[in-house]
Amino acid sequence: MSAALSVRELVVGYGGAPVLRGVSFDVDEGTVVALVGGNGAGKTTLLRTVSGLLTPSAGSVHLDGEDLARVGVEDRVRRGLAQVPEGRGVITELTVEENLRLGGLWRRDPADLRAALAEMYALFEPLERRRTTLGHQLSGGERQMLAIARALVARPRVLLLDEPSLGLAPLVVAQIMRVLRELCDRTGLTVLLAEQNVAGALSVADHGLVLALGEVVASRPAAELAGDEALRHAYLGF
Amino acid sequence: MSARRTLLLGLGGLILAIGLTFLLDPYRNYQLALVAAYLCATAGLTVLVGLSGQLSLGHAALMAAGGYGFALTSQALTSAGVGGLPRFLAATVAAAVVAGVLGLLLGLAGARLHGPYLAGLTLTLVVAVPAVAASVGALQGDRGVQMQFEGVPGPLRALIALEQWQAWVALAVAAVAVTGLALVRDGRTGLRMRAVRDDEVAAALAGIAPARVKVLAFVVSSVTAGLGGAVLTFVTQSVSPGAYTVSLSLLLLVAVVVGGLGSLLGAALGAVLLVLLPWLVGTVTDMLPLPSQVTQRIDGTLPLLVFGLLLIVLVACAPGGLAGALTAARARRRARRRLTAPAPTTAPPSPTAPAPRESARTPTEG
Ligand SMILES: Nc1ncnc2c1ncn2[C@@H]1O[C@H](COP(=O)(O)OP(=O)(O)OP(=O)(O)O)[C@@H](O)[C@H]1O
Ligand SMILES: [Mg+2]
Repeated sequence: MSAALSVRELVVGYGGAPVLRGVSFDVDEGTVVALVGGNGAGKTTLLRTVSGLLTPSAGSVHLDGEDLARVGVEDRVRRGLAQVPEGRGVITELTVEENLRLGGLWRRDPADLRAALAEMYALFEPLERRRTTLGHQLSGGERQMLAIARALVARPRVLLLDEPSLGLAPLVVAQIMRVLRELCDRTGLTVLLAEQNVAGALSVADHGLVLALGEVVASRPAAELAGDEALRHAYLGF
Repeated sequence: MSARRTLLLGLGGLILAIGLTFLLDPYRNYQLALVAAYLCATAGLTVLVGLSGQLSLGHAALMAAGGYGFALTSQALTSAGVGGLPRFLAATVAAAVVAGVLGLLLGLAGARLHGPYLAGLTLTLVVAVPAVAASVGALQGDRGVQMQFEGVPGPLRALIALEQWQAWVALAVAAVAVTGLALVRDGRTGLRMRAVRDDEVAAALAGIAPARVKVLAFVVSSVTAGLGGAVLTFVTQSVSPGAYTVSLSLLLLVAVVVGGLGSLLGAALGAVLLVLLPWLVGTVTDMLPLPSQVTQRIDGTLPLLVFGLLLIVLVACAPGGLAGALTAARARRRARRRLTAPAPTTAPPSPTAPAPRESARTPTEG
């Protein structure tokens, strides 16, 4: 198995002391990797750097072996690296259908786009009934589904998800996690999943990364991580 | 709306408007031609501001660029012995290109500037262009460029007055501009513009290049404004710096807001107001027993004042502008009819009375 995404010695800050202090890890193709850690550990900062919204002061991000340093946000998306950002993945003034079309707009083939839309409505049934509803009129769960669906319409190879379970009912979270797992197994999608909901994330993930104070303090198979009580107490607080 | 429907609608609208010119006297046809010229600019502006979320106070300057482009190209072609339709088309294209290039430069700057800074830049342009035009020799200073008189082309001369012919030409250009803008609005580009307006970061994460979309919006809007300048020059047979001042820019913007931001119908209503308000105000003040000096002074400023008041009233009562108010009224009426119409299940329609059409129709999305 080869690394779809590879992060090396990443240093990122917001002007003051760096928030990420030399983070390195690989995400293998077709796997789900859970990125866990307390509030302010740097999960969002890490994902935003990988997607290109933040520029690192040192270190590199490679997608399928290509260095992304000089690649802009939208061009990373076009290379197959999609991000569902924390709480703002939906364009609120567009309808559900328009949001989905937007996700696949840069793929020129309209037939392909139509097929992708149908696929998304099949995966996330509540969205189909809301086709003409504006983004800001959706419930939190519907919005999160739409954000994920919009990212998936572009048929990414690597998907970055920032707290998809935030504020959602456990049933909806379980559904979203199931869909992701199924996509990975069926299409070889690679997922990097940042989550506060550690148990939920580790239950679908193959591998887990623990981030604390801007460093990776543990990188192990998900099942092993979930079973390590000492580590959980020290860094995850349960 | 599908592209075919938009094209048919544009063509149908043009035919109707041309039919209308037969009912109007020459002065009204002249006013209609002015409306068509301003419509090119307001329609472009409403797409820029309403869809892409960029503010321009410089549309008068873009119109001026189009006007000068039209006049100078037309003159050059005349001295080269080209006339008639080829000359008109070439001059119109030149107007679109000149305004489009200026818009491209503005857009490139605008993609780096935000809100008030962009507005400031466009304001600078609208102040600078008339000043530059007035001092450049080739543009003939304050007097501006006079066009050679052009009458109604041969075979039509016996049938219609000059003003009606000008209205036809103006309406045809406006129809092309507005239909083009409608196609942009309904297509991929319009979707991209709205996404960028709403949330640039989310748009970029959807694979859209926000800067490119914003520049494109500026170019499209400038091209139509340039067409408006060309039409205005064609109709008034001259172009001069005094016609494209800051206050025209402001009026265009107010017209677009009053009509309803982002709505092409609103842009049309705004263009009508732009032409009719000064005339209405003039008519009213003429009827008042006032000394002519006072009347003159009022005529210059009252239309602006009325426009401003209209803006305030609309922003307070109908934030969607005139077009928004129309749509809301239509939706209300439809809802009321659906409520009062007997439900088919409880009261089966008698065989003699036709079933109420409205209740049988499922609501469709516009
Ligand atoms: N825009 C910003 N400007 C300055 N500092 C920031 C900014 N965003 C985040 N930080 C700081 O960076 C650190 C890491 O924040 P980050 O959002 O990456 O954490 P997180 O792991 O995603 O936390 P959470 O689980 O609460 O979402 C925090 O200490 C935070 O205060
Ligand atoms: Mg976070």
